[in-house]
Amino acid sequence: MAYKYTVKNHTYHFNDLKTLMAKATPLRSGDALAGVAADTYEERVAAQMCLADVSLTTFLNEAVIPYEADEITRLIIDTHDRSAFNTIASFTVGALRDWLLSDAADTRLLQQLQYAFTPEMIAAVSKIMRNQDLILAAQKCEVVTRFRNTIGLRGRFSARLQPNHPTDDAKGIAASIIDGLLYASGDAVIGINPATDSPAHVHRLLHMLDELINRFSIPTQSCVLCHITTTIELIAQGAPVDLAFQSVGGTEKTNSSFGINLSLLQEAYDATLSLHRGVTGNNVMYFETGQGSSLSANAHEGVDQQTCEARSYAVARHFKPHIVNSVVGFIGPEYLYDGKQIMRAALEDHFCAKMLGVPMGMDVCYTNHAEADQDDMDNLLLLLGVAGCNFIIGVPGADDIMLNYQSASFHDALYVRKALQLKPAPEFERWLMQHEIIDAEGNPLPVKHTHKLLQHVF
Amino acid sequence: MTEPQQHITQRDEWGALRSFTAARIALGRTGVSLPVGQALDFKMAHAHARDAVFSYLEKERIFTALQMFQLPVFFIHSKASDRQSFLQRPDLGRRLDEDAVVKLKNFKSKGYDVCITIADGLSSTAVNLHAVNVLALLMPMLEKAQITVAPFCIAEQGRVAISDETGNLLRAKLSLILIGERPGLTAADSMGAYLTYCPVAGLTDEARNCISNIRPDGLGYQAAAEKMFYLVRESLRLQISGVRLKDNAGLLDL
Repeated sequence: MAYKYTVKNHTYHFNDLKTLMAKATPLRSGDALAGVAADTYEERVAAQMCLADVSLTTFLNEAVIPYEADEITRLIIDTHDRSAFNTIASFTVGALRDWLLSDAADTRLLQQLQYAFTPEMIAAVSKIMRNQDLILAAQKCEVVTRFRNTIGLRGRFSARLQPNHPTDDAKGIAASIIDGLLYASGDAVIGINPATDSPAHVHRLLHMLDELINRFSIPTQSCVLCHITTTIELIAQGAPVDLAFQSVGGTEKTNSSFGINLSLLQEAYDATLSLHRGVTGNNVMYFETGQGSSLSANAHEGVDQQTCEARSYAVARHFKPHIVNSVVGFIGPEYLYDGKQIMRAALEDHFCAKMLGVPMGMDVCYTNHAEADQDDMDNLLLLLGVAGCNFIIGVPGADDIMLNYQSASFHDALYVRKALQLKPAPEFERWLMQHEIIDAEGNPLPVKHTHKLLQHVF
Repeated sequence: MTEPQQHITQRDEWGALRSFTAARIALGRTGVSLPVGQALDFKMAHAHARDAVFSYLEKERIFTALQMFQLPVFFIHSKASDRQSFLQRPDLGRRLDEDAVVKLKNFKSKGYDVCITIADGLSSTAVNLHAVNVLALLMPMLEKAQITVAPFCIAEQGRVAISDETGNLLRAKLSLILIGERPGLTAADSMGAYLTYCPVAGLTDEARNCISNIRPDGLGYQAAAEKMFYLVRESLRLQISGVRLKDNAGLLDL
């Protein structure tokens, strides 16, 4: 179906829904690179005005990637909650925006509507929202998950402890873990990006994390972020896997380029679930997403990068993950050019994921060839804290020495908790207090060299 | 830089753990924030990385230095007109602009074994510092092995794949590019070398061999030159490059 919108004497034509959505997207380098972005500022706003008038039911009748051609489209349509959708079926995209911001849309109602929304509806509404709209609406979406602790409760803010090392040296990794724990990070997960994906190697790291968590009875979970097929293999060998990890994308072709599909994810989910290693719950998956992955895999099918990203949340939510994060600034300036684009994309990703029921966190990060610095990250971190983001990635001194990019530091996590009076996950908070790492107000306590954790690696 | 107010900042008692990792651990804190020295150290590392991204290729100096090899040198440019478009449009950085195409076509190439391109990539600093030093070691090895070398190309706003086009236009069997890598906080001057057999525009990464982290504190000049020579010779001998060409250097005598 074609769409058109007239501004003064000029009528803009948009051939189909995916074209309209791409043209309506706030400016970012990736859409320009893909050749799907609006040519002028006027065309962009014209597309947004046109999109605001599109009925939500249109999204059920016009798929951006055909049902027959893409298993993610099939997943979205087949799991759509028609009865819940009936309450919002009369809405246009514009009306949905106004309703989301009204007091009528409360946390409980939004939770009931998670499967009434499709990723495309939510991507569309995000395109006509300002940053403050994305923050206010996301704030209402509480997505709580459990494994050995509880992540995503209102008033809480967690951190993944990312202790990477360029050669995966066990002592080097342990040193960063101790540093992170003593800075009150690590409740979302202690998650290592290994330098190589070899199963024996991953196995060794999993055991090391398992021993550490058991020895100090830390109410958290571990993950070694390798390919899902490696994890499946290791589970069969009896490895101590808490969370199974995989990067996921929003088109079937993107996932093929990652070497995965929905049935492989199902296999990993079932295998990990069968280990019953959770204590407070059994959310066993960890997914990473990020705008630009479909384009970089040449698998975007003419769909803009933010809509592709929102579609990846349909994949994520299907497997009831414990945590999901967008690696927002990691992928480089050809997708998100500067601090402004990174910030906008992060707020979009967080909003869209939460609306769809995904326990969203963020890697607040950038590479050195992007127009961004720590000031941009400070701003973004605070905005995400206000928006109710579940967790961030925490890296020693914000400098990942294996992946060569800058993320948030352990100090940064403490900063956002202090500035916004947020606390770690409740079980982890109790553990931190028991071990005299923080006081009841959440302030870090001086740690003596006789501290139990410091006896571990010496 | 020393902390000016030792009594305000809280030192971390686990400084000894730094011997196990280059990660920025045990930084100390003032309240929940970084002490000033650590905060400024980070800024300086980032400044070096940023300056590297926006540094200029010292093309005249490199041109002069290359005279020692007694080969023609071409100055060429990609389709990316400036740094901003280079960063946003990697597709433009991979292709030669029209001037460059004309220039290389007009050179009546008699055919060569290797074409060597020097490009800024994401860190001109890396290339300014290391390219000539590595070539000074590599060129005699090529000469001794009677491997012929095409005119040099010095490319501005170039991505790795630009050498597929230069190699093709100069009718070389193999294209080698020395290029600045994405700068990290610990290394802003890391140079990479990429090699493709039978270069032609449109090839993708699986057609390439890569040697990365060339800098005095990483892969040293001598080791880098030897690795390049090994890969060049093996690529020409086996008539392949990329994932099928394995780096078994060290298993053979050089």
